Amino acid sequence: MNQSVLTLSNITKRFGDLVANDNISLELASGEVLALLGENGAGKSTLVSILFGHYTADEGEIRVRGQLLPPGDPKAALAAGIGMVHQHFTLADNLSVLDNIMMGSEPLWQPFSRHADAIDKLKAVALEFGLTVDPKAKVGSLSVGERQRVEILKALYRGARILILDEPTAVLTPQESEGLFEVLAQMVAQGLSIIFISHKLGEVLRVSDRVAVLRGGQLVAEAPAKGTTQAQLAQWMVGHAIDAPVRRPAQAVGGVVCVLNQVSTAPGRERLNNVSLDLRAGEIVAIAGVSGNGQVALAELLCGTRAATSGTVTFLGQPLPPRPAELVALGVARIPEDRHAVGVVGDLPVWENAVSERLRSPAFSRWGWVRRTRARAFAKQVIDAFDVRGGGPLVAARALSGGNMQKLILGRALMPTGRAAIEGIPSQGATCGPHPSPLPVGEGVMQGHQAPRLIIAHQPTWGLDIGAVAYVQSQLIAARDAGAAVLVISDDLDEVLTLGDRVAVMHAGEMSAARPALNWSREAIGLAMAGVVGAQSHHHSAAHSLSPTQS
Amino acid sequence: MTEFLDILTNPAFWVAVLRIATPLILGTLGVLLCERAGVLNLGIEGIMVAGAFTGWLAVYGGAPLWVGVAVAALTGAVLGLLHAFLTVGLALSQHVSGLGITLLATALSYYGYRVSFPKVTTPPTITPFAEMSWLPVPILAQQTAMTLLALLAVPLITYVLFKTPVGLAVRMVGENPQAAEGQGVSVARVRTGSIVAGSALMGVAGSFLTLSAFNAFFFNMVNGRGWICVALVVFASWRPGKALLGALLFAFFDALQLRLQQMNEAVLPYQLYLMLPYLLSIVALILVARKASYPQALMKPYRKGER
Amino acid sequence: MRLEKRSHSSPTALALAPLGAVVFTLLISALLVLWAGAPVGQTYGLLFQGGFGSVFALSETLTRAIPLMLTGLAAAVAFKARLFNIGAEGQLYVGALAAVAVGGLHGGTGFDLPPALLFVLMMLAAALAGALLLLGPALLKAKLGVDEVVTTLLLNFIVLLFVSMMLDGPMKDPTALGWPQSVALLPELELSKLIPQTRVHSGLLWGLALALAIWALMKYTVPGFDIRAVGANARAAAFAGVSVTRTVVLVALLSGGLAGLAGAIEVAGRTSYLTLDMSPGYGYSGIVIAMLAGLHPLGVVLGSVFVAGVLVGADSMSRIVGVPTYIADVIVATSLIAVLVATLLTQYRVRWK
Repeated sequence: MNQSVLTLSNITKRFGDLVANDNISLELASGEVLALLGENGAGKSTLVSILFGHYTADEGEIRVRGQLLPPGDPKAALAAGIGMVHQHFTLADNLSVLDNIMMGSEPLWQPFSRHADAIDKLKAVALEFGLTVDPKAKVGSLSVGERQRVEILKALYRGARILILDEPTAVLTPQESEGLFEVLAQMVAQGLSIIFISHKLGEVLRVSDRVAVLRGGQLVAEAPAKGTTQAQLAQWMVGHAIDAPVRRPAQAVGGVVCVLNQVSTAPGRERLNNVSLDLRAGEIVAIAGVSGNGQVALAELLCGTRAATSGTVTFLGQPLPPRPAELVALGVARIPEDRHAVGVVGDLPVWENAVSERLRSPAFSRWGWVRRTRARAFAKQVIDAFDVRGGGPLVAARALSGGNMQKLILGRALMPTGRAAIEGIPSQGATCGPHPSPLPVGEGVMQGHQAPRLIIAHQPTWGLDIGAVAYVQSQLIAARDAGAAVLVISDDLDEVLTLGDRVAVMHAGEMSAARPALNWSREAIGLAMAGVVGAQSHHHSAAHSLSPTQS
Repeated sequence: MTEFLDILTNPAFWVAVLRIATPLILGTLGVLLCERAGVLNLGIEGIMVAGAFTGWLAVYGGAPLWVGVAVAALTGAVLGLLHAFLTVGLALSQHVSGLGITLLATALSYYGYRVSFPKVTTPPTITPFAEMSWLPVPILAQQTAMTLLALLAVPLITYVLFKTPVGLAVRMVGENPQAAEGQGVSVARVRTGSIVAGSALMGVAGSFLTLSAFNAFFFNMVNGRGWICVALVVFASWRPGKALLGALLFAFFDALQLRLQQMNEAVLPYQLYLMLPYLLSIVALILVARKASYPQALMKPYRKGER
Repeated sequence: MRLEKRSHSSPTALALAPLGAVVFTLLISALLVLWAGAPVGQTYGLLFQGGFGSVFALSETLTRAIPLMLTGLAAAVAFKARLFNIGAEGQLYVGALAAVAVGGLHGGTGFDLPPALLFVLMMLAAALAGALLLLGPALLKAKLGVDEVVTTLLLNFIVLLFVSMMLDGPMKDPTALGWPQSVALLPELELSKLIPQTRVHSGLLWGLALALAIWALMKYTVPGFDIRAVGANARAAAFAGVSVTRTVVLVALLSGGLAGLAGAIEVAGRTSYLTLDMSPGYGYSGIVIAMLAGLHPLGVVLGSVFVAGVLVGADSMSRIVGVPTYIADVIVATSLIAVLVATLLTQYRVRWK
């Protein structure tokens, strides 16, 4: 029972000058759940990609049940019984469930496909592990939870005995995650071994037998889950003791800045359905919910890229203009969910990205000509104030790391504009690190400038390492303290409870009332995220349809 | 109105329809194969010219007709390999690579023709495919064997795409290459194979013009048929059966405009009739635009193992 | 085979890349020359001489470069915004048609307007005609997602047929003895010659000025930023406040307008009337030039002179040595592919597995 099923020895992988994996050695025993922890960029994804054959290691070897695994070959990995459930599902929406699962399982030279046999085999595997699915359904029509089941079945269908799960609960409600853990228990009972990648520390300790922590490409700690604390895990991940994020409650909640009244948007996957919300100065409202329940619609509505089909949205008493340029001019700061695809234009240099939102204002252009010196000066200010590193203002934005890109986006959104800011009067204090001093805002500190009145932050810390997460969160809190109304949309429950003064939950396009954070229990939020709340009229009851059938 | 019905009831009309449709069927199937695998191949116009030229040249040089067709297919395959090298191997822009190949293939063909026949005023001819008079089916009997080839290609490709493992691999590679790679299928190999096979079909489509429809090679012979195939693939929603339908529909209007011209004589300028097929292609594209379910990975280059 | 990104590109590699491309192109073309049975060295010598070897040759090259410069700019602007305008050929012809309509159709009266004003109107009409022709496909792409490559291509065929129709009918020159050509422009509207006794006309100045203007637009103005942003990442541009539809319309107007002007300038500077064979594919060559120039407006100027020189040189060489003129097209197409590959190789290393 305890013989080693998988052995990694001295795995090293370099990308140019970056050492992504540095001499890593690990063992996985049969029937064991090993959690792989680490910050973004620590090397976890690289390691499992090597295991699965997407990359080839520069040094080291992998043995499965004693046999050497040919490197860089997913086919060989599959044949050896290694299966991977990717974080971003690798599924073809236009093809059926059966097609997605069957693809590659038959030799390509074969002039016919055995569909009937495949369906039988699929049904048998599904039954064995308690995962129901309709083979003929088009994947594009499935819910997120169902898609994950297809992704898992892909691996099990090919006879995987070692399963790698990459951040599987990122897209699930707490209840759905429970369902997944039951499936995992079923797998272990059948003798499978599991590598479980996650950054959710509580989950990791609950589910796994052993924990391995990567930091900076190296394996820094290995320990049994029992007896290890979350604080210890966090410390290993970061390399020094960090304080648990402290809730700093709002001091002075001011007047109403923005009101949504019974707002709906066009029907579709992401929509709003009669949503009402008010945002007040000096307060953070955090919206919890699993991604895909209308958050994108809410964010796009307030960022000016989506229109409401009914209801009203007002900003400082006036209807909210539906165009991004006007929103920025009014003092609305926006942080989009996807920094690569929406936040920056990757091919353009950093300085052009820094001024992109404000280019049309008289401060940065005249008669259609860009006022380059002013624009460049502003960009430099943003870079300095928010510690954006990665090569300077002339470098293409795509060359920045995720954390620096987010800092650039944060900086350009939060940076006040006005004569003072442009003419180079140093901004007070916004330094890097986990304890920045508040941004200069308020009347009288600098003349003629304008700090943002409303901040819309959509998944602001997604994919960032712990240091950057703390920085972003403290900037948002500082902006709140300086008088802005802040809306944070996050699928990370810990973040919601850390930042939110008031919390609302979204499910299927509808929003609960925004109650003070202290009035919510984790369980209540979880239930609301799944739509199981008395006040909700919709009962899609996602929790029921996703729990595995009893076998 | 009666004149219109006269045209439709005349079997010679339908013979012309099928003849005009043949290169379109083959060319559209060729583009379909490439695009199903996720690669746009704008080299079709040039590949058709090259196929028309090399196939004809082989026959002029003494080879039997089917060898000429094979030579045309080989020419297409080689040009397809070049396109695959540029777009799959080097991940260059599919638009640019395709257009470059069209220019290159056309220029090479015209150059080759001029070098081979420097001082001719009337184009030299060959003996083309004969009609299939042994076939008891009307309208089909007046076609050549290449038309039969085109018609048979439709169910064959349908079968391969939807009922074989390699066809599923092609479709998956065009929808989500990461998924394909993750299940042990080499995206590069499958895409290259599809492009080569599709381009071979395009070469054969070109050779139909010189070996069957006509018996000589002219400049501007292909005259935009390749681009029409690209439009027809969208119209066909990337399905072979609908591609056949689209080709026949287009050929119907093309044959019709010729006869309307002859009928109406000087009422409308002949150029308006000639414009009709191109206008219809644009209209067809607009009509299906909203509903088109693209292969999701079409025109997105895939670089394996890049961070 | 696999591509691996280089951590840095050495400046020598960047400079050598185009050189390597040129050498490769010349090698391939040399094979073709041998196939034609001509001596390679002499052929290349005559090619170079015919394009650049004398004042006369240079003047012919520059004359040929003028429309290429403009269609090259048209392609560069459009491609920068990821609007693949393959219809410059058709836009060129409608521009020429509009120019002839304004400049020649009035039977000598000139609409009773002073020539200077008529000239301006003529050019505006040409630009507008080209712009409107591209606007349709551009909007179809922006609103309905219809691929503009196919629509602009098909429009080329339609336009050519339309021009043929016009030349047979309303615009036919009655004094041309049955030859299908259009009425001529008023002589006052023709562009003046830059160098006497040659065909080089002031259209060259137009081309250079427009290249500079486009370069300045792209680099220093807000619309230029919009165009570059939309071309690089339309979603991010929209998020930052750029109106994507307005930018697409702007690009269509600019690109189509430039191609339309190319037609008008050809008529006003070189031929003074319109025929069906006025353009031996300038629209398509413009695309190649734009890509060779890396979509840089000033690079387009250089590229157009290069391509024009090859085309003119090939004509002159062919008369002496007998190598078919199509070799020019082979050289241009091969150099395009070679430059693309060479540029890529400066950024990536090829690994054979």
